[in-house]
Amino acid sequence: MQFPETLKYTKDHEWINIEGNTATVGITDFAQRELGDIVFVDIDTKGKKLAANDVFGTVEAVKTVSDLFLPLSGTITEINPALETNPEYVNQDPYNKGWMVKMTIDNPAEAGDLLDAKAYEQLVA
Amino acid sequence: MKNTPFTQKHIDLGAKMAEFAGYNMPISYSSINEEHQVVRTNAGIFDVSHMGEFILKGPKALDLIQRVTSNDASKLTDGKAQYSCLPNEEGGIVDDLLVYCVEENKVYMLVVNASNIEKDWNWISKFNTEGVEMHNISEKTALLAIQGPKAVQYMQQLTDMDLVNLKYYTFAKGTFAGVENVVVSATGYTGAGGVEIYFEDKDGDAEKIWSEIFRIGGPNGLKPIGLGARDTLRLEMGFCLYGNDIDDTTSPLEAGLGWITKFSKDFTSRAIFEKQKAEGVKRKLVGIEMIDRGIPRHHHHIQDANGNEIGHVTSGTQAPSLGKAIGMAYIGKEHAAEGSEVFVMIRDKAIKAKVVKMPFA
Repeated sequence: MQFPETLKYTKDHEWINIEGNTATVGITDFAQRELGDIVFVDIDTKGKKLAANDVFGTVEAVKTVSDLFLPLSGTITEINPALETNPEYVNQDPYNKGWMVKMTIDNPAEAGDLLDAKAYEQLVA
Repeated sequence: MKNTPFTQKHIDLGAKMAEFAGYNMPISYSSINEEHQVVRTNAGIFDVSHMGEFILKGPKALDLIQRVTSNDASKLTDGKAQYSCLPNEEGGIVDDLLVYCVEENKVYMLVVNASNIEKDWNWISKFNTEGVEMHNISEKTALLAIQGPKAVQYMQQLTDMDLVNLKYYTFAKGTFAGVENVVVSATGYTGAGGVEIYFEDKDGDAEKIWSEIFRIGGPNGLKPIGLGARDTLRLEMGFCLYGNDIDDTTSPLEAGLGWITKFSKDFTSRAIFEKQKAEGVKRKLVGIEMIDRGIPRHHHHIQDANGNEIGHVTSGTQAPSLGKAIGMAYIGKEHAAEGSEVFVMIRDKAIKAKVVKMPFA
């Protein structure tokens, strides 16, 4: 399993790539493996301002349904349009083609609560 | 948690394991979608040794079976099986099961759901007033389902029994993969064809049968299949799953199981079912297909176009062979006709669906 060093992670198995005041969010390699074949990514929070740990969408595998939690407070600015027709990208390439949303960050200080790659790897080991 | 004779095999194969009905069972080995396709196009092997088996013996065995089940077991002759259910006294279902006629009027085998073994045993025992000999052989009986269009062709290479001409819902007993007294039954829960094989787990026989099946099937693409794909396969066929689509509160007539509810004999709740048949049921188990984007799941509510509650989903999934989201649901009879537009409540949103015919595939 891969956990890129450049990303931060949550205990709920999301990853976040912070670039200044914006960020990209998805679910981890561990999460996609646990879920199995992902068949539907249901996100309708574009334009919404949410707090850290709020549910921003839902991911459905064949047998399981799982909520998606936003790692930081902010506003969802974009939803990955490719997942509409190719939800399997989340399984195939969770950190690139399988990204879920882009957001603006309200409070960069919250990032201090996130896990780095090493800490996350220990969590799921 | 209990093991089947094959639990260690599943773990060695890297299966995702989970508890089901008290057993440590494989949910999937590679991916549910891939496993599903293997069964639809080639052949897959399922370990379903967790299922329960009872032997009922003696001159009154048939009378007892007739009393507790809804289908007419007097129609069975040696080597035939039938799908049936055990009604409770309130017109609900204790369990669904298969009845195998081993020796007409003398020996029968009942195959029941793993989660209901004790419940069914107690239920049937309650009606056993005429001294029918009952044996619960669940613990020592191994059960493998080999399912798919190529399954029979592969399994035929392991036995002299004529499997190619074994008709649906009949069975034979003989030597299979060098093991004696194996029951091979042309039944299954996938709609893909194939057989189910029952045998006693002793002296390494389970190991022998498993490896022989892979020796023949493996090079041809036969794969192990988990309970995840077992569920998507049965759902595409519209087969009921006990605990989801049928339970203690659902009537066989509501569930579309009128064809296994025979009034040619007396049995538990017969009067209730006769009345339902005469008056019509108030709700029906129907197939639904999503029109708008969403996946129906067990317990989702269903509304009509005006927001009135009209039913609930009992099973649902994204169907791997069909590429669409399907489900089964109890819906009030006014809205249960084919083509009727209904709304599944998914995360507080009303998502449009329609009632369709089953099987979906």
